[in-house]
Amino acid sequence: MTSIDSTIKPRLTIKEILIKIVRNQLFIPLVALLLLVIFNLATDPGFFKIALEPNSDGNLVLSGNLITMIDYASELVILAIGMTLVTSASGGQDISVGATIAIAGSTVLRIVKTQSPDISGGTFAGIIIGSFLLCVLVSAIFGAFNGALVAFFKIQPMVATLILFTAGRSIAAWINNNDNISITDKRFSYFGNFIPGIAVPTPVFITILCLIVIAIVLKVTNLRLYSQAVGINASSSRLNGINPKMIKLLTFVILGICVAVCGFIKVSRTSSITYSVIANNIEMDAILAVALGGNNLGGGKFNLSASVLGAYVIQFLTTTLYKFKEIDSSSISAYKAVVVILLIIISSPFVRKLFEDAKNKREAARTEAVNAGAGKETV
Amino acid sequence: MSVNTNVLGSNKLKRRASLTDTNLLLIITIIVFIVMYVCAVIFLKKGFTKPQMFFNILNENASLLVLSCGMTLVMITGGIDISVGQVTCLVCMACAVHLQKVNEGLAQGNVFTSVLIALGIGLAFGIVQGFLVAYLEFQPFIVTLAGLFFAKGMTTIVCSDRVPVTYDAFVKLARTEVNIPFMGSVNKKGIYIPAYVEVGVIVALVVVILLFCLLKWTKLGRNFYAVGGNNQSANMLGINVKLTKFLAHVLCGLCAGIGGYLFFLHACSGSPLHAQGAEMNAIASSIIGGTLLSGGVGNIVGTLFGVLSLSTIKNIVTSLGLEDAWWTNITVGVMLCIFLLVQSVILARKNKNKK
Repeated sequence: MTSIDSTIKPRLTIKEILIKIVRNQLFIPLVALLLLVIFNLATDPGFFKIALEPNSDGNLVLSGNLITMIDYASELVILAIGMTLVTSASGGQDISVGATIAIAGSTVLRIVKTQSPDISGGTFAGIIIGSFLLCVLVSAIFGAFNGALVAFFKIQPMVATLILFTAGRSIAAWINNNDNISITDKRFSYFGNFIPGIAVPTPVFITILCLIVIAIVLKVTNLRLYSQAVGINASSSRLNGINPKMIKLLTFVILGICVAVCGFIKVSRTSSITYSVIANNIEMDAILAVALGGNNLGGGKFNLSASVLGAYVIQFLTTTLYKFKEIDSSSISAYKAVVVILLIIISSPFVRKLFEDAKNKREAARTEAVNAGAGKETV
Repeated sequence: MSVNTNVLGSNKLKRRASLTDTNLLLIITIIVFIVMYVCAVIFLKKGFTKPQMFFNILNENASLLVLSCGMTLVMITGGIDISVGQVTCLVCMACAVHLQKVNEGLAQGNVFTSVLIALGIGLAFGIVQGFLVAYLEFQPFIVTLAGLFFAKGMTTIVCSDRVPVTYDAFVKLARTEVNIPFMGSVNKKGIYIPAYVEVGVIVALVVVILLFCLLKWTKLGRNFYAVGGNNQSANMLGINVKLTKFLAHVLCGLCAGIGGYLFFLHACSGSPLHAQGAEMNAIASSIIGGTLLSGGVGNIVGTLFGVLSLSTIKNIVTSLGLEDAWWTNITVGVMLCIFLLVQSVILARKNKNKK
């Protein structure tokens, strides 16, 4: 008997570890990432090649699919941070982020366009910092507007943000009188591209900075606990001394700040703005990143690292699809939709329940067999 | 007997009270629309005095009307369908390419087959999305978001350019004008011009009437309200909740097909840029018409007036001389904001009364 016990025990623990891994929120985005990596390696072994090449400005910069992907995922990752918090606290998503990015970008350009390109470095830095602070303020105000509608007037987040979704791009155009602006100052494009002498794209640094800041905030403050409590049950968290309205408002303001950073990167990438196209459909990608991270879209518990990973997976998927030359850039969304639907089906509670039912049945059958075997032994 | 009459009386009172409660939003919408239109007639005059202006609003928005009605159905059951705009776009593109091929002799078919294609696409989207939402219990927003992406991509796969339609029979149908008696006006030269609506408007109004009857007098229609009001109690009453939700999405998909064809009739072309943001306009019209996104409350008549209010305000903004496109969007946003605030205040008061 002892020998059987000793053989069974380690097997069980391995199984437990496996179950733990599968149940982990990071499992699905990681598997998706792995599948994408394998697929890319199979179709093109040189997909992940990174080269140090001079770009059009003569700087030595890193180039390659992987770098492009991480670079262009920056906005999505930053948005996913805010979107996860909003989802957790309010149980809904903000669909106005794309439009608010347009507003933030337009604000930055409004300030920067008035300056001549031959000003000194110090003044330029002052202008950039000033315009950035202003665009953070503007986005935070718009975030607070959304948050107030959600928190104080109890309108569902998706409907409340529908207002800015319809009006936002128009407001962005209105800020600059619908002018076509392009900034000729090379220094302005540093934030969206490369700083001379540094081979890694600047948005990557900004993303890392944002991630560090949010990690510190979550570590030091009670934000995580409070927003989860509000998302799970607003009235019981109120009875426990949390102000659910303020927490909801706060998450929307944080999302507003994230949006401001995205808007700044976006306009810096091109040094110009197209009001109707900038950050088009990014709200959909951000929501998908949150969903792909296995976070409950109905609010409550959240896992920020899973969302961030989800954002990278989505950008990876986009980059992979772009690689196929025969796919038109605008028809990518069809393929994306199919992949997303598949991912959602796999991660859905319904399918998980099916798996668990099947597993339970198997286990029941096994215990029955073991019992029968034990019965025979005693006889 | 006296007790009986008392009971009847209180029932009547109750019914009246509940009527004012649920229909208050609808009444507000109708009043806002009438006030807006009367103000436009008095202060703007530019064409608003002519009945044809009103019919033009209908002509331009027949497709949006059908889309909004489908959206209202889904919203009453507590869901949402944000794919309708892109489905409209896909329907336009598919029909346009089909009819052009027929015109060039590359394919067999006529106007009737293009209608079938439109309805088929709409139904297919409705069935797949309804199945995923109702039976696999996914969040409607995510499912229809994927539907939106899919339709958007499919449109450019079918064709990525604008496709004008020159098929004779179709153009004739699209240009058919149905005159309305006694509503014409006399132009500067003294020639009488009859008022007209396009064929699409009549189809749209028929759809509105059918859906109104469905919601008001059929078992299925009442089930929609029950499911949206409270999922679990509807289940306990013996209503098949999953089937009801599924049917709501299928009907919405069908409406998207019909709405798509009406858009096609009005535009006479297919383009990947057609019906951009139509889903948001449809949601906005439903909300302005008094449908709550939480489900259980809504009215097709309200949606009709929601569409009319939305398009009237757009027309007013354009005729004010603010032709820059952004003003219409900003005013629509402001209007939506006001209606949402009114709704939330009414709901808050209602909840207080209950307590």
